Amino acid sequence: MIDLSTEFAGLKLANPTVLASGILGVTRDSLKYVVHQGAGACVIKSISKEERKGHDAPNMHGIEGGFMNAVGYSNAGWKASKEEFSGLKEVGAPVIASIIGKDAQEFAFMAEHFLSDEFAAVEAVLSCPHTPGYGTLAGQGTPESTAEITREIRKRTKLPLFIKVSPDSQPIGEIVKAAEAEGADGITAVNTMGPGIQLNIEARAPVLHFGRGGVSGPALRPIAARCISDIYQSVKIPIMGVGGVTTGHDAIEFMMLGASAVQIGTAIYYRGLDVFRHITDEMSEWMEREGFSSVKELIGIAHV
Amino acid sequence: MKDWLCKNDQPLMLPIQRIEDEAEGVKTYYFSHRLNSRPGQFVMMWIPRLNEKPFSIAYDTGEEFGLAIAAIGPFTQRLAAMKVGDRVGIRGPYGKPFTIVDNAKHVVMVGGGYGVAPLATFAEQLRTKSSKIHFINGARSEHKLLFRDRLAKLDAETYYTTDDGSFGEKGRVTAPLERILKTGSVDFVYTCGPEMMEKAVFDLAEKYNVPSQISIERYMKCGYGICGACSVDGTGQPVCCDGPVVTNEQARTIREFGVHHRKGSGRKEMFA
Repeated sequence: MIDLSTEFAGLKLANPTVLASGILGVTRDSLKYVVHQGAGACVIKSISKEERKGHDAPNMHGIEGGFMNAVGYSNAGWKASKEEFSGLKEVGAPVIASIIGKDAQEFAFMAEHFLSDEFAAVEAVLSCPHTPGYGTLAGQGTPESTAEITREIRKRTKLPLFIKVSPDSQPIGEIVKAAEAEGADGITAVNTMGPGIQLNIEARAPVLHFGRGGVSGPALRPIAARCISDIYQSVKIPIMGVGGVTTGHDAIEFMMLGASAVQIGTAIYYRGLDVFRHITDEMSEWMEREGFSSVKELIGIAHV
Repeated sequence: MKDWLCKNDQPLMLPIQRIEDEAEGVKTYYFSHRLNSRPGQFVMMWIPRLNEKPFSIAYDTGEEFGLAIAAIGPFTQRLAAMKVGDRVGIRGPYGKPFTIVDNAKHVVMVGGGYGVAPLATFAEQLRTKSSKIHFINGARSEHKLLFRDRLAKLDAETYYTTDDGSFGEKGRVTAPLERILKTGSVDFVYTCGPEMMEKAVFDLAEKYNVPSQISIERYMKCGYGICGACSVDGTGQPVCCDGPVVTNEQARTIREFGVHHRKGSGRKEMFA
């Protein structure tokens, strides 16, 4: 029997699979449903200071070997969302807040006003590639910005703080070092890559309304794997690996490279919400065959 | 490569084959394509560089399908200005359909507005199972009643209600529904229409211990259970996949049914 439980920056997880931000996660009850389907923890959909409608549809598009999205951070704003994400004990697993901001001051505002003790941790996203004013489009993916934003949030919350980074922000090792130096407790690596463009040639138009979108799914996986490797060599704080994890073997690969847990997003599109159980079953089966007894034994054993 | 990794949901650019007037301000757009949909399912329609919206399927003969759409917003107004031969993107069908329940020989269907269409398609399929069908169609007034010609062709006992009494019985669909339920012979109730009408129908069916299926409409972006826009409180399930048609057992656990829904941002809005 494989021990799937693990720990991430003080959070106790029943298994290392975590719902990634932006997939479902709009409501408390949807988180509860995802945890019921086997997720070890979950990250809420990112919340901004103001209510946002997001980009017009289509917001998502499946491509060969991957997936594109440009949702544009639709969310109800901090006030309504604070009400939505209350009574989180009912969810049944750690709930990680996700916050976004246009600058360090807005991140500070979110940390002060939106975060509550009900959350197990907070993930600050500095890496969205398809929403003007936020993430990499606002230049947040530099070591300087990362340091400033991390510092401002750190001053205002005692929750474990994770910084979510972009695979396109390089050198990624310098960025995560800046986060670690300013008090981050973990790194979420990585956000979607790009943005990319795909046209529908019959329509003579891009498939996503916004025109371009972040690329996720299997196409992102080798890039995410390399980022995890770079980060593992650069910092001591734990890494939440994310980017195309679709099977238990993918999760094992990320953990062997240095991730302590993995987030799942696009794989839900391919395998439904059963994907959390599929992944943990596939991990257990493989580890049993290979003579492991705990997922914790995997972390960093094959770092490159 | 694993089969499920080859999944994608790219829209097909289909030309509008013909356009028919359905009622005042409502047109049905037909597409020559084998959609293989079942009653109660929906498609996503994309107008490039404008937006993409879900629409229930009004007709599906196997060779062609039709979408009955009123011009009420920027999207549907642009559609109304389109001509035969113009192309739009279609993906789907998505969602859970109405289903035939074993031993249900005597059923009532209650439709309001566009909700009449999927029920009419369903009734056409049920008829071949020699079931007795009561069909109640309600609207605010006569010119808002949809699909009367279609219901006239159905082998069903049809009832009309209008709030102002301009056609059929004056009042709500619940009056004829309760009279039929009181006979004690009804096995099943199906309903599709405005949510408060559906809630009243569901409540009555529950009162008379008759099982039902209800189509629950929510704001949808993706149609395949990823974006979370249509997750309902109580179950937390996205109704694009675990719906739109739900059973009465499910409806009991959907806390927001008949109470509130969410806008595109996720903010709650109460039903009036």
